[in-house]
Parts: sequence; C-alpha cells; structure tokens
Amino acid sequence: MKFTLKVWRQKNAKSKGRFETYKIDNISPDTSFLEMLDILNNNLVHEGKEPVAFDHDCREGICGMCSLYINGRAHGPDDEITTCQLHMRKFKDGDTITIEPWRSAAFPVVKDLVVNRRAFDQILQAGGFISISGIVPDANAIPIRKEDADESMDASACIGCGACVATCKNGSAMLFVAARVSALERLPQGKIEAAKRAKSMVQKMDELGFGACSNTQACEAECPKGISIAHIARLNRLFIQAKLQD
Amino acid sequence: MAEIKLDSKIPSGPLAEKWTRHKAAIKVVSPANKRKMEIIVVGTGLGGASAAATLGELGYNVKIFCISDSPRRAHSIAAQGGINAAKNYQNDNDSVYRLFYDTIKGGDFRAREANVYRLAEVSNLIIDKCVAQGVPFAREYGGLLANRSFGGAQVSRTFYARGQTGQQLLLGAYASLNRQIAAGTVKSYNRREMLDLVLIDGKARGIIVRNLETGEIERYGAHAVVIATGGYGNTYFLSTNAMNSNGSALIQCYKKGACFANPCFVQIHPTCIPVHGKQQSKLTLMSESLRNDGKIWTPKKLEDVEKLRKKQIKPSQIPEEDRDYYLERRYPAFGNLVPRDVASRAAKERCDAGYGVNDTGLAVFLDFAEPIKRLGRKAIEERYGNLFQMYEKITDVNPYEEPMQIYPAIHYTMGGLWVDYNLMTTIPGLYAIGEANFSDHGGNRLGASALMQGLADGYYVLPNTIGDYLSADIQTPKTDVNHPAFEEAENRVKARIEKLFKIKGKQTVDELHKKLGNIMWEYVGMARNEKGLKKAIKLIDELTKEFWTDVLVPGKNGDFNQELEKALRLADFLEIGKLIALDALDRRESCGGHFREEMQTEEGEAKRDDANYMYVAAWEYRENQDPKLHKEPLNYEVVKVSTRNYKN
Ligand SMILES: Cc1cc2nc3c(=O)[nH]c(=O)nc-3n(C[C@H](O)[C@H](O)[C@H](O)COP(=O)(O)OP(=O)(O)OC[C@H]3O[C@@H](n4cnc5c(N)ncnc54)[C@H](O)[C@@H]3O)c2cc1C
Ligand code: SF4
Ligand code: FES
Repeated sequence: MKFTLKVWRQKNAKSKGRFETYKIDNISPDTSFLEMLDILNNNLVHEGKEPVAFDHDCREGICGMCSLYINGRAHGPDDEITTCQLHMRKFKDGDTITIEPWRSAAFPVVKDLVVNRRAFDQILQAGGFISISGIVPDANAIPIRKEDADESMDASACIGCGACVATCKNGSAMLFVAARVSALERLPQGKIEAAKRAKSMVQKMDELGFGACSNTQACEAECPKGISIAHIARLNRLFIQAKLQD
Repeated sequence: MAEIKLDSKIPSGPLAEKWTRHKAAIKVVSPANKRKMEIIVVGTGLGGASAAATLGELGYNVKIFCISDSPRRAHSIAAQGGINAAKNYQNDNDSVYRLFYDTIKGGDFRAREANVYRLAEVSNLIIDKCVAQGVPFAREYGGLLANRSFGGAQVSRTFYARGQTGQQLLLGAYASLNRQIAAGTVKSYNRREMLDLVLIDGKARGIIVRNLETGEIERYGAHAVVIATGGYGNTYFLSTNAMNSNGSALIQCYKKGACFANPCFVQIHPTCIPVHGKQQSKLTLMSESLRNDGKIWTPKKLEDVEKLRKKQIKPSQIPEEDRDYYLERRYPAFGNLVPRDVASRAAKERCDAGYGVNDTGLAVFLDFAEPIKRLGRKAIEERYGNLFQMYEKITDVNPYEEPMQIYPAIHYTMGGLWVDYNLMTTIPGLYAIGEANFSDHGGNRLGASALMQGLADGYYVLPNTIGDYLSADIQTPKTDVNHPAFEEAENRVKARIEKLFKIKGKQTVDELHKKLGNIMWEYVGMARNEKGLKKAIKLIDELTKEFWTDVLVPGKNGDFNQELEKALRLADFLEIGKLIALDALDRRESCGGHFREEMQTEEGEAKRDDANYMYVAAWEYRENQDPKLHKEPLNYEVVKVSTRNYKN
C-alpha cells in the first residue's frame, strides 16, 4: 500500500510546529500503524533527516504510552483500540493520513508527536489510592459481590492514555478521574475514603488547567477501553457528598 | 577490584524456618535514621514500584526512575494471565510446600531451595496486600476470590483480573507509590534512563542518568541502589517484551563488578502470535491462561497442511480424527498444561517435521471449538474476551470461529544479576529485584510466577534485607555527587554518546538490531549446539565491530532523541548476546529453557546433567578478555532431584 502522511513536526514545547508531508510506499496491510511510522523513520534516518518522535512501549494497547490524533480522531479510525493496535488494513491504498499530537493545555508538547502527561500522575497523587500499609487482613476476609468487582474492573481498565482529554473540546479529564474514583469506590475497602478522594482529585484536576465537563460525551466515544460516562455521574455524586460534608 | 567470592548467605536451619529466623537475626534501622538514608530504585515495574512504595512507607528517602512518562507504564503492565499464591482457597491440596516444589521442579532443579521456599511463603501476603489496595481480582458469585490453573501445576492457584492482571497489580503498586510521592518520602524521576552506576570505595553510591526530554546528563547519589529494570529478552529483537525493555542497567552493573548469572536461561513462550513479515517490530503474547481451555494441535496429514497453506480448507473443516493433539499425546498427565519450555519445543518439533499450519510453516493451532461447545460462548468470552478481541484486531481472524495460530517467541529471562539471599549483588549496596535478578526460577519460570516474584521481592524481601546493610551506614552522610567518581562516570557516559554520533555510518540502529536478533534466534534460540554457539559468538563479535563503525545515529545529544536511546541500548544488547552464547556454550546439558541438541533422549526430551552442571553460572566482567566463570553449587537438602516428568 501507498500513503501520503501529513505529520506534525515541532522542535520543543516553546517552538511553533508545522505539518510536513512524507510519501511512503510498500506497506503491507498487516503492518501496524506504529510499524508504518518505524518504516518512515528508518527512511528518514537514511535520508539524513530527523525521525519523527512518537511515544510507544507495549504495542499491545495496555501501557497507555502511545497517543496520536489520526485523521481527526484520537487513536485513529477504529473503535475501542489504541494507536498501537491499529493496522494499515483500516486505510485505503493511496490515502492521505494526518497525524497530530494530543492537543490540550494540560499536555504540553515535548517534541513532534510526544506530549507530557505528568498532570495525570499529579491527579492520582492527590488521592487515587487506598491509604493502607503494612500487614493487612486475609484476602478473603471481606467477600465482595462479583458484580461490584466486575464494575470496579471495568473502570480500572483505564490505561491513562489521555485520549479523553485530547478529544474533549473543554480539555476536561473527568472520564479519567471518574474511572479511578469509581474503580476504588465499587469495593468496600475503597468506600471509606471515596468522597474525600473524589473531591481532592477533582480539585487537583481543576488546578492543573484541565477544563470543566459539559457532558458532550466525546470522551466515551474515543476511549480505547470503553470507559463509560456513567462513572462521571458517580464521581459527581461523590463530589457533592464531599461538599456537603465540608 | 577485589577478588569475587560468591557467598549466597543462605541462612542455616530447617527450610521452612530459614526466612523467619533470618528476619529475626538481621538488623533494623530506627525510624529516625531511616529518614536520613537515601535509596535509589531504578525501574517502576512491579519490582521497583512495590519496593519504592514500601521503603517510603517505612520512612526511607527514595528516588525512583523510569524511562516512560509515568511509572504506571512499566512493562509489567502488559502481564495478562495471573499471579500465583499458595492460598489453597480451592481446598485442592495446595500448600506453601507444593508451590515451592512446583517452582523448583518447573525450574528444572537449577534454583536455590531457600529462595524459592521464601517466595512461596510470602506469596499469600501478596494477595492480601493487593486486595487491600483495591486490586479487582476475579471473584465467584459468593464473593470469594476465583482461581485458574497455569502450566506446570495440577492445582488451581492463580489469581487474576480478567486478562489484565499485570495492569491491575501495577496500578495497585503505583497507587501506593503515588501515596508516598504525595507524602514526600518518594521522589519520582520520569523519562530518565540510567546510563551508569557510580561506586565509591567499592560500594554502590549513585547513578548517572540521561534526561530523555532534554538530553541532559544528571547525577544522583544515595546510600544504596536497587536495580529493577526488568529482563533482557529484547536482545533477540523480536520478543513479547515492550519496546523500551532493555538490559543496559544490567550491563552497566556487570561492568562495575556485579556478576551476571545464568544468562542462557531465556524463556521461549509457546503461545504467541506468529511472525507475519519482515517489518514487524514486536511479537504479541497470547496468555498462557488460554491453555486452560484451548487445545493445541496440528493436522495429522501433510496433505491437510498443504491445503491449509493454500487456503483451500479452513482449520475447522479438518475432522477430529485427522488432528494431532500432540501435547495430549506426548504428555498425558499434564496435556496442554505442560510447562512453557516443553510446550515450545513440542511446537518446534511439529513445525520442523513439516506440520506448521501457515505459509511460513511456523505456526500451530490453539483451538477453542470444544470448550465453546462444552461451556458456551459466553463463558469463554467472560474468561478470555479481551484476549480474543486482541487476537482479532491483529490477525483479522475471529477466534470464536476458527482456531488461533500460535508459535513460540522470546518472552522472559530467568538469568540476571547474581544476588545472594538478601538480593544483594556482588557489589556491596547494589541490589537487584524482579526480572532483573536471577534468583528464583532456575532454568525455566512457571506461568504467573514472575508477578509473584517481583512483588515478593519489592513488598516483602528487599525492604527487610536492605535494613541489614544500611544499619551499618547510618553514620555515612549524604552522598556527594561532586565526588570524582561521579565526574569520571559522567565523562565516560558523555564520551560514549559523542562516539556514537561521530560514527555517521550507513546502517540504522534497527537494521543492526535485527541482525543481532537473527543471529540469536538462529543459533542461541530454542535449540542450541556447540557448533552453532561458536558461530554465534564469532558473528556477534563481527556485528559489534560493525555497530561501532557503521551505525547511523541522527541528531545531537542535547535533545529528545529516540534513535540515540536505541543505539545506547543496542550497544549493551550486543554484549548480552555474547554473554548468553558463552553461557549456553558452557552449559553442555539440556535444562529448562536451555536445550542443547547434543543432550537429548531418543524421544527428543531434554537430558540434564546434574553431575556436572548443578550450579549457578555467575560471570564476572573482565576488560578486553572473555568473562570469568564463577560457579555457585546448588545443594538440595529437602527436594529429591529427579528427571522432570509431565507424562504420568
Ligand atoms: C506480554 C507479557 C505477559 C506476561 N504475563 C505474565 C503473567 O501473566 N504472569 C506473570 O507472573 N508474569 C507475566 N509476565 C512476566 C512479567 O510481566 C515480568 O517478568 C515482570 O512484570 C517484570 O517486572 P519488573 O518489575 O522486574 O520489570 P519491568 O516491569 O520490566 O519494569 C522495568 C522498569 O525499569 C525501567 N527501566 C529499564 N531500564 C532502565 C534504565 N536504564 N533507566 C531507568 N529505568 C529503566 C523501565 O522504564 C520500567 O519502569 C509477562 C510478560 C510479558 C512480556
Ligand atoms: S478514560 Fe479512556 S481515554 Fe481517558 S485516559 Fe482512560 S483509557 Fe484513555
Ligand atoms: S504502546 Fe502501549 S498502549 Fe499503545
């Protein structure tokens, strides 16, 4: 297959970026999107040009390291997958493909397609944990309803990629925050700090320059792990509960 | 450098009491002194994250480093299938002893009894801790924890969180880490890559790192350094490891005097998606848990193989009587659940005999038609839904309808830095945990035991044993990073980087890495022999020269530069590759993941040589000459050493 690639190039956070156009040929439909970029980079290095910087690690859709806005969609044209799981068979021979970094005030560009998502760590440091240490009770001491454990797992599937933020016109991180809050709140051991957790994580999110949620639901549509916006409703309830307790 | 003498420091006393007695005997550091001690942890996988969080909880000052933009993205996140523990919740006669025994036997009698027993002992605490952290393990309708079986075991002792166990365990450890970061005991340095270890007066006192965002070289000092940088499987280029997984920290420590143990024990996982073309960057694992229900087979008739390759028939059209369920045929007692090394070699045997089912001839089937019929599609979906989805996304084949195609691939490295019972390397103050050390898996690791070992090391072993070392150091002031040893290490790192830029050769890093991968897979892969290994050593020497004269690294240093990152890692992979081959050449026996063709029975089963090779091979670095081999003899006091038998 043959493609024309319009790739965002930016030297660093301070400089202004621009699109560069590259042609690429001889790509097998079974090649993954990131392998296609590997091939592009290999060509660029041979031509004495600087390769395109992009983040990736597991290439299995689980580490949340890869990102990319492809043809105007976070993680590209396929549903419920990450960019690293996208294959070129999803495109048509001869297509022009536009590739951009996540664009959000809270995720500054490091270089080309690489952004800095440290803000996500900071939100979780504000309360995304259960405050325990040392020796704890036996694992089967507290039975947990299977449905609750399953719901917790659904929410805990979030990979922290940031697609929800990049997709949201307000740049809100509500889906990400809600996923963690919900994952812990569904379990008895996580209920104890649930309201306080919700409040401090939302406050941190606001403080770090993420926007407010106006319920456009774009995040859910683009989340590679199918995290449901129902979690946002739960987060809102807990947040109000915490406010009332103040 | 001082003469190296291996001392495993295994405590005396009966096996089951060693750890308890040892803990009682080792020194502790008072809370007031802990605040003054600094510890560097390199790596944020299950090993590093759990260690740093626990050390922080204890009150130490911790600095933790990782390559990715967040600690949560460490390679451990990708583990799918599960984590073992000897809880015996199923009342199927499991016990600490049985888990210990299975691990020793699975490791083909090349691990230390005392370490493995301790591992089995603390395994139960891990599950308790994870549940308390909020890890959403799978549960039964009654609310209790669910279990599944893994290879090499006849009991059901594996805890899991769908097909994302590693993710959930790491999120648990990362949450504990975040709590300590918020509390100020741990400082996290992301997008930093360790490039050298700094010794002062022979003790590990700090590291040199490259800030991957800015290209700056930075110095960090501490009272002790913990290496938790994972395995070196990417030496082979194609593996199931994450792209940034590497063995560089191991080589840096090795060159400073830490012995590298059993490098040739590399695990080849039987159930990976087969290679599809020359442009492939990595291989995808299909979790071992699939072997709980999936049945592995190839056709009995070569003409069916021919038709499959020409796509004239679908696998589901081959009738039952024309299928060879070769694992069930060869190993009736364990069937599809034989250990990984056995399953991998059996797949190779079938493919070498011409029964490979895809156009490259390197694939066998993993089939779910029978369990789907027996249990219903919903039950299978519940167990493996995300794995099936992943398979379909990659291959465009729906595994609910047609069997998966799988083939063995490089997956895990049992070898690593040599450590004593306290997890300390041959350098005082330098520790290694998780996949980075060699300690518990012998010649072959059982499924769901790496997560167990990483967390055992990090939550329960190291935080205790490191106190013994640090208690002698409470008077030592903060390490001064202006010490000449830091200066010297930093200059060496900078010179190495400059050298790479100056070469301006004709081959990219990936092109050279693929060449190394081909050599490794061909001669140091699933089956090895003397002639091939000697050839591999020669080829790797030549390739190393080629690398240092012909690599092309674009750009400059003071910048985000992924090609430079890869080049630095490849330079070290070349050294590891040679070490693997040297070790494989020395070990003239077939044992665990290491199969020497000269050493097999008439039925093609592995032949161990206990009389001559019952030792840990620990390699000491020497400049400009081959490394020196030190042998740590293995003494089995409790277990009766036997030939592994999975047939009956
Ligand atoms: C696909 C897959 C599935 C698996 N499934 C299972 C399973 O079901 N059960 C099981 O028990 N095991 C499983 N394993 C094995 C297991 O996941 C690993 O052995 C284990 O997670 C390793 O953990 P670790 O903490 O030692 O290292 P890793 O998780 O590999 O972490 C290494 C860390 O070190 C950092 N690092 C590396 N080099 C440097 C450097 N020079 N400077 C700074 N930082 C550095 C990295 O950024 C990372 O943070 C699986 C492995 C794979 C590949
Ligand atoms: S909620 Fe979804 S899109 Fe947002 S970070 Fe998590 S996985 Fe990514
Ligand atoms: S590279 Fe890990 S999710 Fe894409």
